[in-house]
Amino acid sequence: MSTLELVVPAPRKITTEPRRSDKVFRGVVTAGGLSSLLLLGLIAIFLGYRGFEVLKQEGIGFITQSDWAISTDDAGNVIESNFGLAAMLVGTILCSIIAVVIALPISVFCALYLNFYAPGWLKKTLVTVIDLMAAFPSILFGIWGFLVLMPSVEYWAKLLHRNLGFIPVFDMKVPVFTRSPFVAGVVLAIMIIPIITSVSREIFSQAPLDRIQAAYALGATRWAMIKAVVLPHGRSGVIGGAMLGLGRAMGETVAVFTVLNIVFQINWQMLLGAGGNVASLIILKFGDASPYEIKALMAAGLVLFLLTLIVNGLANLIVKTTGKSGR
Amino acid sequence: MNSTVKPSSLADVAHAKPAKVSVARALGTGLETRGVHAWFGKHHALSNISLDFAAGTVTALIGPSGCGKSTFIRTINRMHEFISGAAMAGEVLLDGKDIYAPGIDVTKIRLQIGMVFQKPNPFPSMTIGENVLSGLKLAQIKVHNKEELLEESLERAGLWSEVKDRLGAHGGSLSGGQQQRLCIARALAVGPQVILMDEPCSALDPGSTLRIEETIRQLSETMTIIIVTHNMQQAARVSDYTAFFLSEGGPGQMIEVAPTSEIFSRPKDQRTENYVTGRFG
Repeated sequence: MSTLELVVPAPRKITTEPRRSDKVFRGVVTAGGLSSLLLLGLIAIFLGYRGFEVLKQEGIGFITQSDWAISTDDAGNVIESNFGLAAMLVGTILCSIIAVVIALPISVFCALYLNFYAPGWLKKTLVTVIDLMAAFPSILFGIWGFLVLMPSVEYWAKLLHRNLGFIPVFDMKVPVFTRSPFVAGVVLAIMIIPIITSVSREIFSQAPLDRIQAAYALGATRWAMIKAVVLPHGRSGVIGGAMLGLGRAMGETVAVFTVLNIVFQINWQMLLGAGGNVASLIILKFGDASPYEIKALMAAGLVLFLLTLIVNGLANLIVKTTGKSGR
Repeated sequence: MNSTVKPSSLADVAHAKPAKVSVARALGTGLETRGVHAWFGKHHALSNISLDFAAGTVTALIGPSGCGKSTFIRTINRMHEFISGAAMAGEVLLDGKDIYAPGIDVTKIRLQIGMVFQKPNPFPSMTIGENVLSGLKLAQIKVHNKEELLEESLERAGLWSEVKDRLGAHGGSLSGGQQQRLCIARALAVGPQVILMDEPCSALDPGSTLRIEETIRQLSETMTIIIVTHNMQQAARVSDYTAFFLSEGGPGQMIEVAPTSEIFSRPKDQRTENYVTGRFG
């Protein structure tokens, strides 16, 4: 061809043939990665399948009403039933929010102390202790909360009521201060401190050294450096940790069951000794439930499952929208 | 003060200090290290460095990697102690006062002795303007003329004309060379007497390097500058004095210090000559 015109070729397809070992490893990793999704899916299907009958029967009232009653005849046939989770859902959200509000600042300060202030030997000891806290059985937290925390928390509850009673959540009509969502929230807070601390510590320790040095070289005090470099860097991670903690608090069963008075009535007054959460409802009723009631409990499990999923989804959204600016 | 006061030939060096007295008051009386040693854990990294940095001079520290140059300048603004296990001995005197003396507020020391790092490290979450003034915020200094200070600092760092229309943009949007000058402006904004530069151009292209060298020459009229560099042409271009560091298996030592032209034309020590002529290192 005599023409000088450049013929632009179509882009080539780029492929690569992975080695056998790589293929095998890929299979193993894929199986591991998808198994959690599969398990989660199976659990959801199981809960949905077992609870379907009740959900159909109760309709939207299952999450908007507060009642849990079933009557059966001698043969075990259901005569009348009425299931509603509203009070338990409110209790779940209230207790876990209290827990996060208390645990988050403590955990962040703890993580900052461990990373930037604690001497080496103390840091190691504290990290071990905090990890141990995470592995501690929740029933022991519950018993501790019941025996130790409850008598003393009454004083704080009264103090809050007296001084902040004008805010609805701190107000109460009946002076029953023990076995309240507040006590449950404090117990849950102690339970989720390790996980939020651990996540925060990890993200704080990854704060870029060059910027930390830049801040110090400009005459920053340690606190000023933390404000300017570490916290902006760690913000999204801390939010993620708080959401993990929130998830754990929402699903906690035994500890809440031990300290909380389960009452089927929506209660936003955190100091009042009435409330409950979905998980503790399940453990309360499961032991002597009739087959139909078990279906209702499965449906309750499904609702809790979905609530947790929604909270985690929101958490991801928050992390995504706020995450970039600090990096 | 203008640059004609600077020692232009070696013969002037001896007389250079008296000529600078009037400026020296604003500049401070300079910086001095006496018998500085440094360790990382058990590793003795630096041995017995005594050096004078006269006010208003540029001193280049040269030598092969691992000879302790960076460690040395990090002892001068007390950044050395951030490395765990780091220790030092000796004295660093700023205006005759030991910066390691008990009861010294180390943040004040770092305001007087600024630092520019090897890799440009502006704060990514801050705008260009905020970056320049970040030192004031970090050190909790209140000033009334922020706008002026911002312009002056950027002007002195040679960056003003390039960024004056986009002070609200993020620091990360600048090129590497501009980011490094932003870091210089940031260091200048808190009004240091001394600026330490740890290989400030090693991550930059030749054009940006020349811009920064110009900036260094201009800055040296109003402050004392110590620059670590691997680039001997750079040392020759920007510095009044050059100190040659070397580690011969043991801790890093200072082999020789002299006016720059002397180091490069007739060094006293054979090892210096070998290094500056490129025979090793």
